[in-house]
Amino acid sequence: MELQLRGITKRFPGVLANDRIDLTVRSSEILGLLGENGAGKTTLMNILYGLYTADEGEVLIDGAPRTFAGPGDAIAAGIGMVHQHFMLVPVFTVTENVVLGVEPTRGPGILNMREARQHVTEISAKYHLAVDPDALIETIPVGVQQRVEIIKVLFRDAQVLVFDEPTAVLTPQEVDEFFGILRGLRDAGKAIIFITHKLKEVLEISDRIAVLRRGRVVGERTPKEADEATLAEMMVGRPVELVVQKEPAKPGDLVLEVDDLVVFDDRDHAQVNGVTMTARAGEIVGIAGVQGNGQTELVEALTGMRHPVSGTIRVLGEEVTKQGPRGIHQRGVAHVPEDRQQAGLVLGFTVAENLILDSYYAEPFSHGMLMDWKATAAAATGLVGEYDIRTPSIDLPVSHLSGGNQQKVIVAREFSRDVRLIVASQPTRGLDVGSIEYIHERIILQRDAGAAVVIVSTELDEVMALADRLLVMFAGRVVADLDPTKVTPADVGLYMAGATP
Amino acid sequence: MSTSEEPQGAPAADQGDEGGSFLRDLTGVGANWRSAILVPALALLSAMVVGAVIIAVTDIDALRLLGSEPGTAFSQMGDSIWGAYKSLFVGSVGSLRALSETLVQATPLILAGLSVAIGFRAGLFNIGAQGQLLVGGMFALWVGFTLHLPVYLHLPLALLAGALGGAIYGAIPGLLRARTGAHEVITTIMMNFIALRLVDYYLKSSWFQAEGRDDPVSKAIDTSAQMPRLLGFLDRTDVRVHLGIVVALLAAYGVYWLLFKTTLGYEFRAVGYNPRGAKYAGMSVTWLIVGVMAVAGALAGLAGTDRILGVLHRGTPGFAGTLGFDAITLALLGRSHPWGVVASGLLFGALVAGGQEMQVQTDISLDLILVIQALVVVFIAAPALIRAIYRVKAAREAERLTTGWST
Repeated sequence: MELQLRGITKRFPGVLANDRIDLTVRSSEILGLLGENGAGKTTLMNILYGLYTADEGEVLIDGAPRTFAGPGDAIAAGIGMVHQHFMLVPVFTVTENVVLGVEPTRGPGILNMREARQHVTEISAKYHLAVDPDALIETIPVGVQQRVEIIKVLFRDAQVLVFDEPTAVLTPQEVDEFFGILRGLRDAGKAIIFITHKLKEVLEISDRIAVLRRGRVVGERTPKEADEATLAEMMVGRPVELVVQKEPAKPGDLVLEVDDLVVFDDRDHAQVNGVTMTARAGEIVGIAGVQGNGQTELVEALTGMRHPVSGTIRVLGEEVTKQGPRGIHQRGVAHVPEDRQQAGLVLGFTVAENLILDSYYAEPFSHGMLMDWKATAAAATGLVGEYDIRTPSIDLPVSHLSGGNQQKVIVAREFSRDVRLIVASQPTRGLDVGSIEYIHERIILQRDAGAAVVIVSTELDEVMALADRLLVMFAGRVVADLDPTKVTPADVGLYMAGATP
Repeated sequence: MSTSEEPQGAPAADQGDEGGSFLRDLTGVGANWRSAILVPALALLSAMVVGAVIIAVTDIDALRLLGSEPGTAFSQMGDSIWGAYKSLFVGSVGSLRALSETLVQATPLILAGLSVAIGFRAGLFNIGAQGQLLVGGMFALWVGFTLHLPVYLHLPLALLAGALGGAIYGAIPGLLRARTGAHEVITTIMMNFIALRLVDYYLKSSWFQAEGRDDPVSKAIDTSAQMPRLLGFLDRTDVRVHLGIVVALLAAYGVYWLLFKTTLGYEFRAVGYNPRGAKYAGMSVTWLIVGVMAVAGALAGLAGTDRILGVLHRGTPGFAGTLGFDAITLALLGRSHPWGVVASGLLFGALVAGGQEMQVQTDISLDLILVIQALVVVFIAAPALIRAIYRVKAAREAERLTTGWST
């Protein structure tokens, strides 16, 4: 089977989303589709899946032109899509989710769940997609939910499988497992399109890589012909600094002192279980760890979003354990939260309103109880320029900005004060290479200006590259305090898994 | 600036707040001004068209003729529709008396609509305007007949009492929500029933009941607590427009000022859009919710007060009518914006005033007005329907931006 896209063009008001795109994918092949957010990848796949109609161009299957009026047609033609956000019913079982919409029946209206379950088990065994067909979706981890999505597609006899940013929601271990599954599918004769903006992943898994920029295919490479730097340059259109450039740290006075901290989560389980750590002015302390080992709760406690059960937190020698977010903020602590859309921004607010989110109550943005929108606009205009936030207007809701620009709004707001301590959680998650480069530069600039920086990231490469000192969290404790220049990722990985090298 | 943008990438707002976006679409919070005007206008137009069809198909005489003389039948239906909408128009704006009635009807609607709208802005669904209206009205009523003061003291005091009563009654569900997480939709609905029964009880108690009456009717308030008529100098008893409309317009300006010019309004709106973001910003979400509900309650309380001090001058069990529920419709139609609420309050006031005229002139029941009001809500709640009918481009698509990164 061969799927061919020929001359696909799609316009949206004022935007050319796809510009004469040619792509081909064959059976037993993994095509990596690489591009930044906004390059036109998702639009292209939505055309392929029948969600949009192309203005020009055609889709050919084994040489015959096909038109898809909707996803139903695309599925019938053997195209299956695994979306970035899963489309599963949480309270249904795995089997129920798989058959949803194509339920096998015996007699009119009577479900044949036994047959469905057996079919699911067969697919699961054939492609090594280990799932419990009777488990409720809400009870299984994200990585397993993704397998259910894959089984759903295979259940409908897909020959071409499209994965839209499939690794965005997965832990590093789950990514490895997922790649195993992809290879298995390829070896079983499926054609696979793997959409991503992650260079390393596309190099690892693809047989062929097509790079999209501004709606056009700017080149095709095999992983052998390419490396991260060349791909990044194709994707962004200019050379990109992939390696973090920084001078050795010159640690100064103690800024953050955490002593024997215990923090509970919402269900009263101790997620942080006796953490003691410090951060000095002018150094970046990285905290590595598999997601769910207490990093989220630690950051929440450091920033006043969650009160510790016991232990103390000191900033510049002053105890802030019982302070709320505002009290901590006022002591010169900047917080780049893990979940930027849920915590760091008010999406319905404008760019300007978001830029004063934690200082709106003070001069010059308000006088007493009156907001000063003029002063706000002036400050916002300055920050938009200084931090290169790409927005047509400061009066635009921040929800209309791309992820990278949203993160820049947060960084601009948090870094544009006299900052003594920065607590940044997953500061570059989901961002494209250009944005990552920028955020890293800004963080190092703050360090060199004398701020203490604590970075929490589940991306080991990132945290190792940025950190001057590397802590590893496991099961709510700091299990290692390492020099990132003197330790291998493999050893850090062992600490992350709770072992000692 | 890049020229390409994936539609899937642009509305990042849709990620992570699926629960909130429906309510936001419904209430119009965060909508741009174009859709904020277009959607309600088209919804109203559609409702009037469907209303016309209803008038036609309920015209029994015309329907009987449909088989034998279809021409006559259709022209009769046309006459009915024309007659109904004409008397609606004449009864609402066709004379000084009509205009005055429109304003009298609009006043409590605007106040109660503001109450619901400010809740929407803060992400709260205040179904309890009805209860807050009743309690506020009773507070004002009590001040109205108990105290005997000169008008410049008595009237402001009665208004204040009405606002206070509503504020207290609104703050209770706010407190329950903030402290225990009890959802305000449930608690306010229940508190409506409590308020309704309390009014019944108090109106029959010796405290409130007029002397010599067995039915639940209260003592009359002093003249000094009544809203003075604005056009009293004309000496026409049928021109009832009173000071209440001024109070309502001032309240609308007050709400606008509070929401968009003060730090408290910034906080209300932040909580409405994203409580977690508000907490991150150092706001006390708990107390903000209580505060919003108290302000909403005060506005509803003023609506009830307007009925007592402006129109009835005494308390009866039904003094609030269904104002608290009409207010929800109104806030939706006004897209939760103070000026929108004023506009739709005037419109609904006109519909009620004109509807009474229509009932007298044409035998078409006042219920038609309720049907039109209900249809307005249906059309607003289903913006996709409006877009489909009028081929209006979805606001999201029109607003799409070019916000690429690198070049």
